[in-house]
Amino acid sequence: MPVTLLAAAASAPAAEPSCYSRLTNEWFCLDYVRDRREEVLDAAGQHLLITVLAVALGVALAVPLALLARRLPRLEASVLGLSTGLYTVPSIALFPLLVPFTGLTMTTVVIGLALYALTVLVRAFLEGLRSVPDEVRESARGLGYGAGRLLVRIELPLALPVVMAGLRVATVSTVALTTVGSLVSYGGLGNLIRDGVTTNFRAELMTAAVLCVVIAFALDALIVLAQRLLTPWTRTRGSTRATRAGRSGRSGRAQEAEA
Amino acid sequence: MRVLRDAWDYLLAGSSWTGDGGMLELLGQQLLLTVTALLLALLVGLPVALGLGHLGRGGFLAVNISNVGRAVPTFALLAVLVTLGWPGTDAFGPYGRAGIATLLALTLFALPPIITNGYVAVREVPADVQEAAQGMGMTGAQRFWRVELPLAMPLVASGVRLALVQVWATATIAALVAGPGLGRVITDGFYRSQYGQGIAGAVVVAVVALLLELVAAGAQRLAARERRDPLATVTTGHHPTG
Repeated sequence: MPVTLLAAAASAPAAEPSCYSRLTNEWFCLDYVRDRREEVLDAAGQHLLITVLAVALGVALAVPLALLARRLPRLEASVLGLSTGLYTVPSIALFPLLVPFTGLTMTTVVIGLALYALTVLVRAFLEGLRSVPDEVRESARGLGYGAGRLLVRIELPLALPVVMAGLRVATVSTVALTTVGSLVSYGGLGNLIRDGVTTNFRAELMTAAVLCVVIAFALDALIVLAQRLLTPWTRTRGSTRATRAGRSGRSGRAQEAEA
Repeated sequence: MRVLRDAWDYLLAGSSWTGDGGMLELLGQQLLLTVTALLLALLVGLPVALGLGHLGRGGFLAVNISNVGRAVPTFALLAVLVTLGWPGTDAFGPYGRAGIATLLALTLFALPPIITNGYVAVREVPADVQEAAQGMGMTGAQRFWRVELPLAMPLVASGVRLALVQVWATATIAALVAGPGLGRVITDGFYRSQYGQGIAGAVVVAVVALLLELVAAGAQRLAARERRDPLATVTTGHHPTG
């Protein structure tokens, strides 16, 4: 054993310095990804976990809030106002404000990100439910649908395209925002970025940054795919798009453009 | 809850506001950065967005730049700019440490909402209005200045408002990579385990953000009322910033 170790140590300096050594410090370096695979995968895993938990929590809170807001118009104004105020607070200021209650834990990051996702999702749900044509709702009632069945079988499926557009915005921005969680040491790939900046380690920094963007686009593609599978009728004639634009007018199309 | 008392004490202490590196100086730096970056982005972004909208070209690019901007973490872009040889972390006049790197990143992140909203705003001018203008014999330039631009203004304004909030947030995040501004109060507090200070900084950042948003919303409403614009109530979807 000692012999092989020695041999390895002896041959290492003779070889080319790796592209992530202090001397070369290249931006793009596959050797880094290979040698530090576990570290990178751990960070990416944490990143993914935080994102998924935050968006799931956001959806879980957004659905009842949107339904409540629809029932009580006065509440709708305050829910929307509150969410606008919340989105104004920068993420790096929101996490510290949660720390006294949840400490330096992953919970802090997940709750903070869920609040941001919530602001987008409540709007999307309200907007989506509003895009359901009234005559469809009436026909369903005429067919004997109760409120619960109407919501689950008719309204939610028809609201899905608009809701999914909101979900895409929420998910993609959550992936980017997760990096800021490095402030409390739970930032997924953000931890690597922070380490890369402080130690001037370019390969680490660039790998983490690129992975963030890749995760964002991968999740986005996944949601688009899910939407296609869940709403097969939108593909037949592009009819939903036309109906939606006609119904919700400018704001609907503007939001589509935003999304 | 002891940290909350620490934060309160930090906010009340005069020494945390005044002096070299005090919160007032950092606040000034960050406001200056925010305003400069927003103006730069307007200077670059508005002509491009409105021009493309008028010509009806490059829609794919104008609309998708927002998606790309949203997917790139501000933190990552700032980190890359600071780690690059140029502009690096040198101080830049009244903008403070890493001023140029931060300014560049802020400008880049202010562009997507300005470009997307500007483009959409011009494209959304109703077709019948466009046709009427054409029927009256207006030239392309006349149509742009007298029909499209006035009608597009509300949506353009809400894009600028979005950009303002985004730039302020990004300017705070700059502190994570040795940038100037109030974010440093937060990061210094957290990295040195003085959580009270970190929370105090966060409170100041959040309050100023809300004030900026209120001022922008007020200005927008005021402008809309003066113009009596029928489309003034339209706003686009907001999204948070990282």
